Amino acid sequence: MEKLKKKIRSFSFWNWVIASIIFRLILIYFPKNLNLSSRPEVSTPLTSFRRLAEGYWLKQSSMSSYAGSMYHGSPLLLSLLGPLTVKRIEGQPNHLLYSLVSVIADVVSAMLIRATGQNLRLAYLRGLESLDLVKQIDVSEFLFSGDIAALIYLCNPFTIVACVGLSTSPIENMAVILCLYGACSRLIPLAAFGWVIATHLSLYPAILIIPVIFLLGCGPDSPPRKLFLQRHQQKEVLNQSKLPPGFSWGPIIHFAFWAFLWSVYVLVLCGISLKQFGGLWEMFKSTYGFILTVEDLSPNIGVLWYFFAEVFEFFRNFFLIVFHVNILFMILPLAIRLRHRPCYLAFVYVAICSMLKSYPSVGDSALYLGLLGWFVNELADMQFSLFLFCGYVGVSLLSPVMHNLWIWRGTGNANFYFTTAMVYACLQIVLVVEGVSAVLNHDRKLRIRITGKPQDAKS
Amino acid sequence: MVLLQRPHILLLLIDTHQFLQCWIAFGSANEEGQQQEEFSEELLVKPLPDHKLLAHFHFQSSAPPSTSNGCHHHLFPKAISQLVQKFRVKEMELSFTQGRWNYESWGGFDPISSSNAKPPGVELWAVFDVPQHHIDASWKNLTHTLSGLFCASINFLESTATYSTPEWSFPPASGNVRYGTFPCEAVCTENLTPWLRLLPCRDKAGIALLLDRPSLYRGFYHSQRLHLTSTESSSEGIDSGIILEQTLTVVLQPNSERAIEVHASEKHVQPSWSLSSIFGKQVSGRCVLAKSSSVYLLLDRGLVAELKFPNKENGKSAANGLTSENFWSNPSFELSVNPDRIFLEESSSHSKSLSILYMFQVEKYSESEPFDIGLMWKVPVAWLCQQTPLHASRFLMGSGNERGAIAISLKSTQFTEGFMSANSKDGSCELRVDVFQVVPWYVKVYFHSLRVFVDQQPRAVSDFIEKIHVSPSKDKMSPGVMEVVLKLPCRVNTAALTIEFDKGFLRIDEYPPDANQGFDIPSAIISFPNFHASMVFLEDDSLNRSPLLSKFQDKCPVMSYTEVLLVPLTTPDFSMPYNVSTIKCTVFALYFGSLLNVLQRRVAEEERFLKAKAAKKTGRLPLLLSKLSAKLRGRRREPLHSPPSSSSFINSKLVLKVILVAGLAVGWQYFFS
Repeated sequence: MEKLKKKIRSFSFWNWVIASIIFRLILIYFPKNLNLSSRPEVSTPLTSFRRLAEGYWLKQSSMSSYAGSMYHGSPLLLSLLGPLTVKRIEGQPNHLLYSLVSVIADVVSAMLIRATGQNLRLAYLRGLESLDLVKQIDVSEFLFSGDIAALIYLCNPFTIVACVGLSTSPIENMAVILCLYGACSRLIPLAAFGWVIATHLSLYPAILIIPVIFLLGCGPDSPPRKLFLQRHQQKEVLNQSKLPPGFSWGPIIHFAFWAFLWSVYVLVLCGISLKQFGGLWEMFKSTYGFILTVEDLSPNIGVLWYFFAEVFEFFRNFFLIVFHVNILFMILPLAIRLRHRPCYLAFVYVAICSMLKSYPSVGDSALYLGLLGWFVNELADMQFSLFLFCGYVGVSLLSPVMHNLWIWRGTGNANFYFTTAMVYACLQIVLVVEGVSAVLNHDRKLRIRITGKPQDAKS
Repeated sequence: MVLLQRPHILLLLIDTHQFLQCWIAFGSANEEGQQQEEFSEELLVKPLPDHKLLAHFHFQSSAPPSTSNGCHHHLFPKAISQLVQKFRVKEMELSFTQGRWNYESWGGFDPISSSNAKPPGVELWAVFDVPQHHIDASWKNLTHTLSGLFCASINFLESTATYSTPEWSFPPASGNVRYGTFPCEAVCTENLTPWLRLLPCRDKAGIALLLDRPSLYRGFYHSQRLHLTSTESSSEGIDSGIILEQTLTVVLQPNSERAIEVHASEKHVQPSWSLSSIFGKQVSGRCVLAKSSSVYLLLDRGLVAELKFPNKENGKSAANGLTSENFWSNPSFELSVNPDRIFLEESSSHSKSLSILYMFQVEKYSESEPFDIGLMWKVPVAWLCQQTPLHASRFLMGSGNERGAIAISLKSTQFTEGFMSANSKDGSCELRVDVFQVVPWYVKVYFHSLRVFVDQQPRAVSDFIEKIHVSPSKDKMSPGVMEVVLKLPCRVNTAALTIEFDKGFLRIDEYPPDANQGFDIPSAIISFPNFHASMVFLEDDSLNRSPLLSKFQDKCPVMSYTEVLLVPLTTPDFSMPYNVSTIKCTVFALYFGSLLNVLQRRVAEEERFLKAKAAKKTGRLPLLLSKLSAKLRGRRREPLHSPPSSSSFINSKLVLKVILVAGLAVGWQYFFS
């Protein structure tokens, strides 16, 4: 019976995967990609396909791809994806090969998410077992979070749009997921590779080093260590084998070594490809510098563009610092409170980055919404989930309308579009705050079950 | 006292010595005779096919090398010579234009149009004779100086985002060229007055007397130009000093009411005109400082072909019959003044007929007998001016404020047809077209999207583009420059280049006051380097040649400017800075506050656990005491947590903090000093 259930489950899972791939292929065959590649929601100055093609063209005409302020991506991406921007197959859509690469990247990410999710689920069950809570909680009710997360990632309209819109965010997302997968399944070189590539491509994943260290140091998500101690105190038995392992420095040093190796490797490759031009300094200036100084003020779904278009010149540097430090400020408190759940910590970091980054796109949202699927069991009691869902749907319908009114028809003005961006930012804030609060409550509930003192829980 | 006076005497000695040297040099220059400052004034009038009249004033002053006459100038404007010396300008051209040269009806294949048809607004280019890294500084200073000299906003060309460095497509091909245009400059009399101030007689005497402001600015096209050539600083070659060429080209509509009255029925008859009817003034003698002062009337090749002069069949006999009266007593028109001389154009290869130039000496006339030529048409004449090989126009494609495309279209003219038929024997005839296009940085051009359409068919870019040079735009730093050499087959009917762009978004303080008017994309320059516009007139004495005619003989490549494009850019809401800042910061505060709140919230149970732990450490009695005091005072139990015994600990903590702050301050000081 159980086997049959599992079979049905996996069958329907693969059905969904194939359906989403076919849907992507159908969209690719639409003429001119439905103009998705020039939508502001899909292509930011960092991930735009047209800018990639321009950078490749400049490189082909023996100029630095960073000459002019068009291309701001990595030189490695240019060498790998650049040739695909010009390659055409007779009778096929213009950028078929490039689109196929995006589709493959999406599928690979989904598979990695699935594997990590299964890993997380096992770790979770193990934690419950060691707390002797398995009997109290019905395990069969537990959803297969890996499958759910993978399907959310694959069937999310945001992911589909980012994939068909030829942006480079599927690749960036894949690097982030590779890093988390490697850390979860203790493949340290892979984790280091993912982390280095993700940082190289879009800078913000650099802060994922903290969850990765926790993951490598004490394993994937589990209930707080304190609970185990309490449990054992209560039972007066000290079964060391049932305790989760403590923090170990070995894998971290290993990780640091590999990260160093990979970053040297990446820098050497970049240096070779930029040797006859400005060199590495030019690359850092026009990739990381461009991200940090918010030079491009074209509208996107974030809020920084309008702010920096409007703010007075002499306040600009101050606010640049404030907004970027805002990301860094939250790292430490979150790391302290969620250190026993490194994957969830990683999810929160990714969500915060995609909310506060200079040039956000729907591809970033697709990533954290996919990762959200890992925690369906923990977040079952999250508040405002319906409100958030409706909000996301509403904003993604209204935002293009407002953009059209402002840019194409000229009947609206910038404030219309900015309002939807503002609402979107608020929705993300609510998601992060409620998510964190739900996970902390979940841990509290576990403790209550162990200590059996429900009257004490007030929060 | 003696000690004090001595330096003065020394200085005086040095001064007089220098002055003497200067004076001697000046004297010797005068003695040489050849190397004198010269000034000449000329006016060329040419009837245009569409019932309009072109008046082209040409003033040329030249100064010998400054080494020969020191710092003094008789005729040459001092401001200009100082400018040349200070910024080491090798060649410079500044033009102020209002209106657009109509290439289709006013022609584009003669020396006047190819060097005097300019894009609207201000155009400035300069070649410097300074090391590469000083050029930008020199350019900056030059723009400021010129802007002061001509009361114009040339100083906007100072920022690197407005000027460019053409590599090879711009005619004075050299790495030291800087080129900038400012299309939205409104040219008016305030720019003309300082321009006239450079003339020795200003507009008080001579031909410049005709420059009556109301009639000038009533015209269809008005372009004042200042061209400067200096060979002073070059080490090799002939030292010819500075040559300043000032031209003013106007296209006017002769408003002869008389003509309308008489020939109201005949619309095709060209309006008759006279200098006094056009400008409302007459020339009363020459400017006494001018070496030569003459007025020319040019009859175009096409017009001459139509007029059927009695002996135009063979140019040789026409040259012989220069003195014969049949050139001005023509059945189709009548001149009010007999010309002093008549020049015939030397026969050139690609034109069947020859143009005729009538020359009038202004010296003969005086205050009492002012000079005024008039031309009276008797029969209707229709002709066409010689046009550029391809007629260029440029337009924008696309709608909306997000993206668009620039298209440059080239159409064959009647010239190409003739040229093609002439060259049709050898099949591989090619037409070389150079395109020079500057786009401001907020028009973000995707150079990879360059497409070529030949005869309305999309073609491979590499088939027709022989050479391409691109310097992409940098945000707020430099404009995008595209230089393309096209090789088109001569049989081409139409050719088009399209290139896509994204519209940029600016900060609110980067928008001009009238932000919704749009932004200008400067004209593209289309040049045909294989074709040279020159007119060589048969002259008897080459010594006494007029500067205008020698200018006509120079082989200058045929050039045409396209239209200026107006790109509307999206504007943000200009009234929102405070609202946006406050709303944005509120959202950030919401994020920061609520997340921190969630993170630091603890349940009661944990608090109690911590307190129990603390109580265990402090012992039973203090706990009891604290409970007692808490009951007495309400809920304040905290003071006990900092017992007085730990004062030394606090002190050390305080000291640590102070040291930390001091260290930070020292570090800050060190870092920022």
